[in-house]
Amino acid sequence: MNLVNVSSSPHLHEHVNVRKVMWTVVIALLPALIAAYIFFGWRSIWITILGVAAAVGTEALVQFLTKRPITVSDGSAVVTGMFLAFNLPPLTAWWIPVVGSVFAITIGKQIFGGLGYNPVNPALLGRAFLMASWPVQMTTGWATKLANAGVSTISGLKQTLITGGDAQLQNLITSATPLNVAQQIRGDIIAGTAGDSARTIFHQLSSLDYIKELFWGNIGGCIGEVSAAALILGAAILVYKHYIEWRIPISYIGTVAFLSWMVGGIDGLFSGPILFHIFSGGLILGAFFMATDMVTSPVTKKGRLIFGLGCGILTVVIRTWGGYPEGVSYSILIMNVATPLIDRLTPQKPFGFRKKSKK
Amino acid sequence: MCAKTFKGGIHPHDYKHFSNHKKIEKFPAPKKLYIPLIQHIGRPAVPIVKVGDEIKKGQKIADASGFVSIPMHSPVSGKITKIGPYPHPTGTIQHAIEIENDGKNEWISKLQDDEQFMSLSPEKMKERIQNAGICGMGGAGFPTHVKLSPPENRPIDIVILNGVECEPYLTSDHRLMLENPEEIIAGLRIIMKILGAKRGYIGIELNKKDAITVFKQMLRDEKNMSVVPCMLRYPQGAEKQLIYAATKRKVPAGGLPMDVGAVVQNVGTAFAIYEALRYHKPLIERITTMSGSIVNEPKNLKVPVGTPLSQLLEFCGGTTEDIGKIISGGPMMGFALPNSDAPATKTTSGFVFMSPAEVVDTTEAPCLRCGRCVDACPMNLIPTFIAENVKNAQYDAAMKLGVLDCIECGSCGYVCPSHIQLVQWIKIGKIEVNKLKLKDK
Ligand code: SF4
Ligand code: SF4
Repeated sequence: MNLVNVSSSPHLHEHVNVRKVMWTVVIALLPALIAAYIFFGWRSIWITILGVAAAVGTEALVQFLTKRPITVSDGSAVVTGMFLAFNLPPLTAWWIPVVGSVFAITIGKQIFGGLGYNPVNPALLGRAFLMASWPVQMTTGWATKLANAGVSTISGLKQTLITGGDAQLQNLITSATPLNVAQQIRGDIIAGTAGDSARTIFHQLSSLDYIKELFWGNIGGCIGEVSAAALILGAAILVYKHYIEWRIPISYIGTVAFLSWMVGGIDGLFSGPILFHIFSGGLILGAFFMATDMVTSPVTKKGRLIFGLGCGILTVVIRTWGGYPEGVSYSILIMNVATPLIDRLTPQKPFGFRKKSKK
Repeated sequence: MCAKTFKGGIHPHDYKHFSNHKKIEKFPAPKKLYIPLIQHIGRPAVPIVKVGDEIKKGQKIADASGFVSIPMHSPVSGKITKIGPYPHPTGTIQHAIEIENDGKNEWISKLQDDEQFMSLSPEKMKERIQNAGICGMGGAGFPTHVKLSPPENRPIDIVILNGVECEPYLTSDHRLMLENPEEIIAGLRIIMKILGAKRGYIGIELNKKDAITVFKQMLRDEKNMSVVPCMLRYPQGAEKQLIYAATKRKVPAGGLPMDVGAVVQNVGTAFAIYEALRYHKPLIERITTMSGSIVNEPKNLKVPVGTPLSQLLEFCGGTTEDIGKIISGGPMMGFALPNSDAPATKTTSGFVFMSPAEVVDTTEAPCLRCGRCVDACPMNLIPTFIAENVKNAQYDAAMKLGVLDCIECGSCGYVCPSHIQLVQWIKIGKIEVNKLKLKDK
């Protein structure tokens, strides 16, 4: 009789593996990429392809040079490349995604031994590196469907600007993302240096009409964060497949919602525009796709809630008081670093555990 | 149907369709039987026959060696031909008594019908159960009389019959419930009387709606017995998870069901208890499922204890292609066997045959820290950390993480995308931690 296999139980498997998970993430990111094309044009696809190609090429090269098995087909480098590109302005320089991906893969991942061993999300590390090295290329190059940049797609807002005649404001609005605008004019309003038109703009930004634009993606922003709707569609695939779990996104978004309501307004405490904060910037992308990165987030259930909470607090702090309007990627990076600690501090009690066992 | 369940767990494909519609068939006793001296948790039985002895069906051939042990009886009449090491369905080699069947099927004494069995005292009932050599027939095989003798300070108020059968492929309990519900209920009544329990439950998973209906029907006038339909969730049939589903009581970590006033018995055990009390019948046969995609004719068989697997397989028409894996028990917790020599024992709920293509890839990739194992664990453990600590020989840390609370259900290994052999590492960890504990004493 043939020798049969005698490995340990369980003898059945769900048939998930790294490859399946990663390629599903790639698929889940496609709606957002399509949205990017619709709103920003070919340039966004081009930048994404460059990022992915550089990531995959670098991974293969490093693995070849270090004589390790080449694992690019597992899709994890593709995911990293996509994440990196998704965090870039659509009109940024072509070499930005390339440099970012090379950095992300070598320093962010392979140096630690590859997938599973990287302490922080490689794409976010790559982005932080780009941000520190080429701040100009990283903060210009926003685009909208109407090609003339800014948030001017809302007719009402334009009207305000014309009647307000505030040249400085107009300048600001045409060169940045909605979060950027909100942060700056909010600062001015609170400092008392802004006029009524600034106040009006802030209110318009948080109006339901504008939130709708945010939700569908008719705004300026990074390639991958533009359409909340497309991102949520992709995230739904991952949730359905049980590849991401609800704790991190929910606690993250919940915390941002609460805190930005508390401190993010211009009419005192608890006046912040909640939906504006949820749907603008990279929060949806970050909360569903980047913060949930398996390797760099806690494995314990309580740890995941704390992780989301921490990301949320940091995001709001950076958005509200930081020198830079978008807090998502730095928040996640910082919490990545804290992950081992969180895991250690949140041991789970076995089912039926009691503090003092009575004997 | 409002079904009960627990937290965590997984939802494996159940593969019950191969055999769940197959009526229990009686397997004719083979020419040679091999009765292992250990078919239960506890101390092995000691042979009281020697090679060359002529024996009768139902004759005791090995005696219990202490309280936590059970006797063994011969399922056939014939001759003892050998006592020695033989393959065992746990994948190990154990001592067994070899019997040559003379085909006469002569009972040692005619089975009596004791219709008054319910008027026996609990002590007498337990004695009869003990003498019949009954152990838990769901899996681990704890001697039943021991489970029915909780210490005075642990009063039992509920008895739960486990008809969940959550392991994929297995259908032996399902068929038994459909074909012998009255006997099972009688068994439950006996157990309740012995323990003085006020309520009896029968937990059945929703994939056996027909069995649920049968019992609902039969118990509709009973005030203190009811069916607990359970959600399809593995491992719903684990004691602690079943108790929680039925009563919301949580068995303390490291504790036993009796700590929350509960005793769980498999439906097959209840059936055996009934037969032992009513007919003085020892436990010499059981229902076993033969299944798997490559088995020609999957079946539910009434098998004499000690029947070699190879004969059972032959009875099912063999396999349609090469065998990749043989599993004794279910695929989630069962043991892989190197060949088909091992016999069915009192705890053998089934044998599953897998094709080479169905065998799970066991090359481990690095842990992705995805936490899927954490979410799947019904005991709320952190399997990845336990395994990691065991790999690094950090047994103290593994113990702190609750390695001993693991019920080895395999849910974690089932979902791990990196195919890490979590259960295997945890089993090693348990052994090492227990060694450490012994040293401390
Ligand atoms: S750690 Fe143990 S109890 Fe938890 S899922 Fe794994 S095998 Fe089951
Ligand atoms: S399921 Fe596997 S890969 Fe995921 S955390 Fe657990 S051990 Fe690691």
